[in-house]
Amino acid sequence: MYWQKDKECMPREELEQLQLERLQSTLFRVAGHVPFYRRKFRDIGLDPDGFDSLTELANLPFTTKQDLRDNYPYGLFAVPLREVVRVHSSSGTTGQATVVGYTKNDLKNWSDLVARILTAAGVTDDDVVQIAFGYGLFTGGFGLHYGAERLGASVIPISSGNTKRQLQIMRDFKTTALVCTPSYALLLADQMIEQDININALPLRYGLFGGEPWSEAMRGELEDKLHIRATDNYGLSEIMGPGVAGECPECRGLHINEDHFLAEIIDPDTLEPVADGEAGELVITTLTKEAFPVIRYRTRDLTRFITGRCPCGRTFRRMERVFGRTDDMLIIKGVNVFPSQIEQVLFEIEGTEPHYQIVVERQGRLDKATVLVEVVESIFFDQMKKQRDLIDRIKRRLAAELGIGVDVKLVEEKTIERFEGKAKRVIDKRRL
Amino acid sequence: MLKIKNLESGYGKIKVLRKISLHVDKGEIVTLIGANGAGKTTLLHTICGLVPARHGEIHLQGRAIERARPENIVAMGCSLVPEGRQVFATMTVRENLTLGAYVRYRREGKKALDEIDYIYDLFPVLKERAGQLAGTLSGGEQQMLAMGRALMARPALIMMDEPSTGLAPLIVKNIFSIITRLKKAGNTVLLIEQNAKAALRVADRGYVLETGKIIVQGPAADLLSNRDVQRAYLGRDAGGRS
Repeated sequence: MYWQKDKECMPREELEQLQLERLQSTLFRVAGHVPFYRRKFRDIGLDPDGFDSLTELANLPFTTKQDLRDNYPYGLFAVPLREVVRVHSSSGTTGQATVVGYTKNDLKNWSDLVARILTAAGVTDDDVVQIAFGYGLFTGGFGLHYGAERLGASVIPISSGNTKRQLQIMRDFKTTALVCTPSYALLLADQMIEQDININALPLRYGLFGGEPWSEAMRGELEDKLHIRATDNYGLSEIMGPGVAGECPECRGLHINEDHFLAEIIDPDTLEPVADGEAGELVITTLTKEAFPVIRYRTRDLTRFITGRCPCGRTFRRMERVFGRTDDMLIIKGVNVFPSQIEQVLFEIEGTEPHYQIVVERQGRLDKATVLVEVVESIFFDQMKKQRDLIDRIKRRLAAELGIGVDVKLVEEKTIERFEGKAKRVIDKRRL
Repeated sequence: MLKIKNLESGYGKIKVLRKISLHVDKGEIVTLIGANGAGKTTLLHTICGLVPARHGEIHLQGRAIERARPENIVAMGCSLVPEGRQVFATMTVRENLTLGAYVRYRREGKKALDEIDYIYDLFPVLKERAGQLAGTLSGGEQQMLAMGRALMARPALIMMDEPSTGLAPLIVKNIFSIITRLKKAGNTVLLIEQNAKAALRVADRGYVLETGKIIVQGPAADLLSNRDVQRAYLGRDAGGRS
């Protein structure tokens, strides 16, 4: 099943023509309307009018998350705010928020792209779709919402949280498709078993999961426990939100919506494109975005292209499930956490050493993070109360900085393993 | 059907088209809109071979035509309805139509003229005026004749240069409904129009040309709601609240 068959199955040659046309006018528009790109093009001596072929893509400059931050909030918009009808933002709790905007046409395209992904996953206008992604500045909830509505499905905009209510509504409203993070789906599944809900009596058939890394093992578990077909989908707010790529019924890679996004895989160290099929960092250029076009955005997500044609008939290239990040960002309880933030907090607290380690585990279905901190000897020989005070202080500061609660353990000086070169700050024990 | 990549052309020292890439699929109406002097007519003339391409590729039904001669391009299936009709005023309507079948006549002989009945079906007024000198027709009738003449070649792609120019509003409406009928009959049309709103209403997709460069393209409905396009070509004021 396809949502826009003429697009999703278009011959590669036609697709490349379309991509060239769209890229040329995107370059023209960003050079004309976005000072950041005009400067960047000028600095490297690039004539946006001279762009001839998709093979020249590597001559274009990259855009990074830092560029987005530097231009907070509206600096990278390519249209006046008057034409922007929606604004989304990444979590601002860390002070590192980025802002993206959408025109009317952007929203229309977004809905269609999400509708493609829902359709590829098996969802039709007969389905009742429970969207348990957060609604708000986060693109997940609204992105899926409008796509499902475009498809003509019955949408339950329940948003995230309140597990008991989720289950009640799932049963009473006869939900057939569940949209959330894979870890939350597992939590729901466990709760069902605990509450003795007979899954066979529920009409649930599909699960569309995204927003965090997961695995084939998790897919198997979710499909077994929830009696659904589980598919992966990928997106990021800097590009658009959900709808960038999604799995088809073959479940062998996520088709990238290449008529709207030009994808490359580069070596994150040399920044050169890798050979087809090799792993590297996903880089995306938007081809149709009006309000917030980006050129060669470094997603920092690690994946690889899957070569060859997909039996489903879609001609769009597939990427493997994202299997890691180029930076050291962690996703804990759905929140983005950078070790550098933790370092900053520890740095400001007297009595702690700049040596620390973050241990992330999964307790039951949920993430648990513990920060091990080395402390100067004198504190250790002192009383327990002083130690507890220190722990509480670090905990409070970390919670304020990260937006999630973490455990803190004090350890003796020089007990955390030292590494040559890059320190191993993170021990991720989660087995997905 | 038609595929253009990085096309550049101009006159003398003046470069008019800068890296134009566009395509027209079979059965589509694609419109090219833009202000006076943007390069719309130059683009059509470059496709027809009337103005030489300096750079880039033009493919018609998979064949490269950027170096072909105009008469061969017509024979390969690309007909132009020129701006200002340019019918042969001192010849009759029927003679004008017959001339349109010229490239087919050489290959198919008299059979090529059978097409004329289809043209009369499409434009009954031309049948009524068949024996009349083309110069005595009204502007709207001349436009229909120019379209009929182009269709006589049974083109794979028909290109129209400002078909609504200088016509009364009611006639313009009629011309656009004919273009829609041409599409329904399976024709492929590349339409250049200064009447951007009307063109976008009949077209499937559109390209906006500005100073020789395509600045935006997309489904016609999207262009109708694009504020840039509205301001520049659809007569909305800057506030966009009309």
